[in-house]
Amino acid sequence: MHNLSPTPALGGTSPRVDQFDHVTISENDNLALASIAARKGREQACQKQLKTLLGAVPAPGKAQLHDPEAGFWMGPEQWMIGAPLDSHELLAEQLQTQFGDTASVTEQTGAWVCFDVIGPAMPDICERLCAVPIRQMVAGDAQRTVIHQMGCFVIRRQDAEHLRILGPRSSAQSLHHALITTAQSFQAF
Amino acid sequence: MIIDHPLLGPRDSAEFTYMGDAKLIERPDWQSDTAAQDFYDYGYLRDNPAGWHEELWFHEAGDRSWLVVTRNTLTHEIAKVALATDVARSKGRSR
Repeated sequence: MHNLSPTPALGGTSPRVDQFDHVTISENDNLALASIAARKGREQACQKQLKTLLGAVPAPGKAQLHDPEAGFWMGPEQWMIGAPLDSHELLAEQLQTQFGDTASVTEQTGAWVCFDVIGPAMPDICERLCAVPIRQMVAGDAQRTVIHQMGCFVIRRQDAEHLRILGPRSSAQSLHHALITTAQSFQAF
Repeated sequence: MIIDHPLLGPRDSAEFTYMGDAKLIERPDWQSDTAAQDFYDYGYLRDNPAGWHEELWFHEAGDRSWLVVTRNTLTHEIAKVALATDVARSKGRSR
C-alpha cells in the first residue's frame, strides 16, 4: 500500500504564505473546483440546478459567494463551482449527479492554483498585475484576465481587502513569482 | 482599440485574437453538387476591403467567446459587436 499525501501546488508540506507590510499572499490548497457547461437545449434546466446549488445563477462577470459551494461565470453557459476540498473532494462527481444530463461537468481541482491576496495594498498590487478595473469592482465581481501572460481568474471577495486569484497550476511558481515581486516592488515605495 | 463585448462591456483589444473573416461562419454544404468549388472558395478566397469588414475575434484572455466585430479597416472604428453564436443562429445554423 502506497502512503501518498497530496502536496500544495508550490511543493513543500504546507501551503506557502508570504507576509509583506501591507499585504499577505497565501496559497489556498483547500479548494475543490469543477466546471459546469450547459448542454445545448438544456440551458434552462441547467440554470435551474445552478439556482438550487448556489441560490442564484452568476451573471456574466459575477461570482455567487455562497457556502459551502460558490460559483462564478466563466463564459456563455459556463460556470466554475468551488467548495472546500476537506468536505467536497468529490465535487465533480457530486455535481454530475445533481446536474444529470443538463450539463457537462469537468473536474478542475488539479488544474488551478489559488492565491489569496489580502491587505490594504491589494488594489495597488492588482492593478500592477492585470488590466481589470479593481477599484470599480465590488464584492462578487469575477473577471478572467492575463497576469504575466498567464490566463487567470480574479475574484473580489466579501472582505474589501481580499482578492482571490486562480491561475494555471502548472505555472504556479511563475504566478507566485509575479505576485511576490509585485508585492515587493510596492513595498519599496 | 477597444472592443465593446456584448456581455462584459468595453475590453482592450489586446485580450482578443483575430480569427479571420466572419464569412468563415458560412461553411458550405458538403453534400452540394458544387461542394468542391464551394470549399475551395471557402478555404482560400477572401475579400480584402478598405472599409467596413465583418471579422471574427476570439476573447482569449476573457470569457473565450467568439465575436463578430464590424470594423472599419481604414479607421479602426468599430460599428457593431455580436456574439458569433447569435450571428450563426440568426443565419439558421444550429449553433
